[in-house]
Amino acid sequence: MSKSQVLTFTDRGIYCPAGDFYIDPWRPVDRALITHGHADHARDGHNRYLATQAAAPILKHRLGGIRLETICYGETRNIDGAKVSFHPAGHVPGSAQIRVEVDGEIWVVSGDYKLEPDGLSEPFEPVKCHSFVTESTFGLPIFHWQAQEEVAVQINDWWRHAIANGITPMLGAYSLGKAQRLLSLLDSDIGPILSHGAVENTTAILREQGYTLPDTILVQPDTKGAEYPDALVIAPPGALGSTWARRFGKVSTGFASGWMQMRGVRRRRSVDRGFVISDHADWDGLNRAVTETGAENVFVTHGYTDIFARWLKDRGLNAGIVSTEYEGEAAEGAEAE
Amino acid sequence: MKRFARLFREIDGSTKTTVKVAALASYFQEAPDDDRLWTIALFSGRRPKRAITTTRLREWAAEKAGLPLWLLEECYPVVGDLAETIALLLPEPDAALDLSLTEWINRLRDLAQQPEETRKTIILDAWDKLDTTERFLFNKLITGGFRIGVSQKLMTRALSQATGKPEPELAHRLMGNWTPDDTSWHDLIESEDGSTDNSRPYPFYLAYALEDEPDALGSPEDWHAEWKWDGIRGQLILRGGEQYLWSRGEELITDTFPEFSRAKDFVPEGTVLDGEILVWNDGPEPFNALQKRLGRKSVSRKMLSELPVVLYAYDLIEFAGEDMRQRPLEDRRAKLATIFDQLPEEAPLRLSPRLPFAAWDELGEIRETARDNRAEGLMLKRNDSPYLAGRKKGDWWKWKLAPLTIDAVMIYAQSGSGRRANLFTDFTFAVWNGDDLVPFTKAYSGLSDEEFRKITAWVRKNTQERFGPVRQVTPEHVFEIAFEGIHASPRHKSGVALRFPRISRWRQDKPLQEANTLDDLKEMLAIYG
Repeated sequence: MSKSQVLTFTDRGIYCPAGDFYIDPWRPVDRALITHGHADHARDGHNRYLATQAAAPILKHRLGGIRLETICYGETRNIDGAKVSFHPAGHVPGSAQIRVEVDGEIWVVSGDYKLEPDGLSEPFEPVKCHSFVTESTFGLPIFHWQAQEEVAVQINDWWRHAIANGITPMLGAYSLGKAQRLLSLLDSDIGPILSHGAVENTTAILREQGYTLPDTILVQPDTKGAEYPDALVIAPPGALGSTWARRFGKVSTGFASGWMQMRGVRRRRSVDRGFVISDHADWDGLNRAVTETGAENVFVTHGYTDIFARWLKDRGLNAGIVSTEYEGEAAEGAEAE
Repeated sequence: MKRFARLFREIDGSTKTTVKVAALASYFQEAPDDDRLWTIALFSGRRPKRAITTTRLREWAAEKAGLPLWLLEECYPVVGDLAETIALLLPEPDAALDLSLTEWINRLRDLAQQPEETRKTIILDAWDKLDTTERFLFNKLITGGFRIGVSQKLMTRALSQATGKPEPELAHRLMGNWTPDDTSWHDLIESEDGSTDNSRPYPFYLAYALEDEPDALGSPEDWHAEWKWDGIRGQLILRGGEQYLWSRGEELITDTFPEFSRAKDFVPEGTVLDGEILVWNDGPEPFNALQKRLGRKSVSRKMLSELPVVLYAYDLIEFAGEDMRQRPLEDRRAKLATIFDQLPEEAPLRLSPRLPFAAWDELGEIRETARDNRAEGLMLKRNDSPYLAGRKKGDWWKWKLAPLTIDAVMIYAQSGSGRRANLFTDFTFAVWNGDDLVPFTKAYSGLSDEEFRKITAWVRKNTQERFGPVRQVTPEHVFEIAFEGIHASPRHKSGVALRFPRISRWRQDKPLQEANTLDDLKEMLAIYG
């Protein structure tokens, strides 16, 4: 790491001195490059924003009238002394890794990512670089994801089983990304899909952008559960067990997240069913991503940073830790996934 | 194992008691006898003898997973359970082998005679042939502690559904020191006369805490009051010329308290007493004294003379070989009194005296003097109450003194295990000594899940240093710590140790500087120690 740093780590976020911009900063800055629309990456209050075209509608929806420039995947843009391009991260629709090149030295900031194509998000592309800034939300070898088709079978079986017993299945999922991914896995032949307002908003925006998603019925204030005996309900995690959920009478709650791999978390959530499915890379995914970049230097952020960094050092890489405002370590907060 | 794994998934996958009971009941109806016997044994804390140390297990699992040992050690506190950590780390199985629960247990038990290399081969081979859930259960069989959300009460209910026998009878049948080797499903559960074992204790009757004022209990004359002693509950059985002493945790502690070998000189054959084990030196000593006697296999002469124990009897469960439990308390107490009338001073047995009172407010005043009498509060029992099994509301109540409290600063945090893995729930607290903070106690319960989440987020952002799983945090938050007693302890930096410390509330209103001091603690020690 002898060359001048292409990116530095500041108390506002990841900074590029040559281009005078920040990536996913958490305090107001003049110019912010945004990897994707989740609240812990795309924050309010910056002067100018740059994000992918695909991420733009969600950003505008979430942050209102921001000054937003867009860029296509793979397109190169010069910002002062830095060459910048965005590459698919496979995390949620529109999400990107950001490649920054200064004087031939290449750094890539992964944002959040997963390697498995989910059929909805633009699939992850490895980008060769000298230094790689990687997330590590699930950076422990206890995390191994099943193929999403297998999880789809489990969810659809649970749906069939619930309605056969006169119970409404209610699936909790974060409204941007996870909810739509689950929608695309549901078997609409079983019954209609009812959707909570927060999920429906995001789904409608993505549908308009051209992402293929099944039909959903928005739950209105006067919607009664009894009108849809075969339906599955999809809602943000916070709506499970709320007064909003009461209209559905007897429900079986399900929660879809990588954290559901652990019994302790599953029991603490006290949901009836936990489905192990994540929009972050699992242990093997993180390792493969690091290898495929060819990077000699790896900076680990968001998650089990110290453990994953130590593991990478064991493997002979230069690995460091980047702390963020958001200790993602086992964070089960609303935006951890 | 497949059937047992399915049972586990059904129990584990639901938060509803009815679902768990139904799953267990149908398992008890369908499973082969040896499997259901072992299932009862496991869920009541009777596990096969450990054949492998957890150290070896960790090493072999890391090797099998192709990971350095330190990485496994890092995963363990995150998952909060070693058996589960290993199950998650191992590579996918390469074959399947469907042995029954009992067959797997027998394989594990056979390991004890094998050299270590063979044990390793057998364990690695088993991991190759079991799926993640089965592996988790297999590892649990090795590491012990089958706590998977099935209480004895829940299991008894399921057995009752499966067999049609009443719950109290089954609860009694499950008591005692049986193992799957010396009984069978038939003898334990189905046989007509289940009382062949002289050592078998009765299920303890446990009281709930009285939440309201006792006025709500009705007329004082219907009630019997006595001190709630600060020792451990014990059931002393005198049958067949032998004596057996059981703890409330269903452990046979006869050898820990050799004092009671003389009990048969004073109490007739066929007697079962319920009472409190206390150290006695011209009166009951605090729990601290008894603690020195606990958990010992052999007891020195010195200890016997310095810390002699007695059983403070408060109930008579069996008399002249007859089960007394359905008789009213006043009859049982009257019989008990006749036994104790004739006892000489040297008998290791005393009668826990009845506290006469005419009105509830009079009893309230008596209760205030509990600490002076080395008691934690009062027990209230209805005169006509039978001796029930387990914790039941209505006839018996404990009416404890308000705990002692102190305001302390949180200085270390550690994450919990199991359901609390990944949440910071175990804290170390300190009081001021000049400008220094002196740690004096740990406490790990008393906050709501919401408060634990909040404090966990705060700990993550305010960690100053890490010592393995322990984090030193910025001194900032003050908590009220409640405890039942305090005594001097040279082993602790603060010089004191607390009894039953727990967090009673988060004093977000209290500035750091206003937490209590070491002098405050020492003053409490002088008054209550």
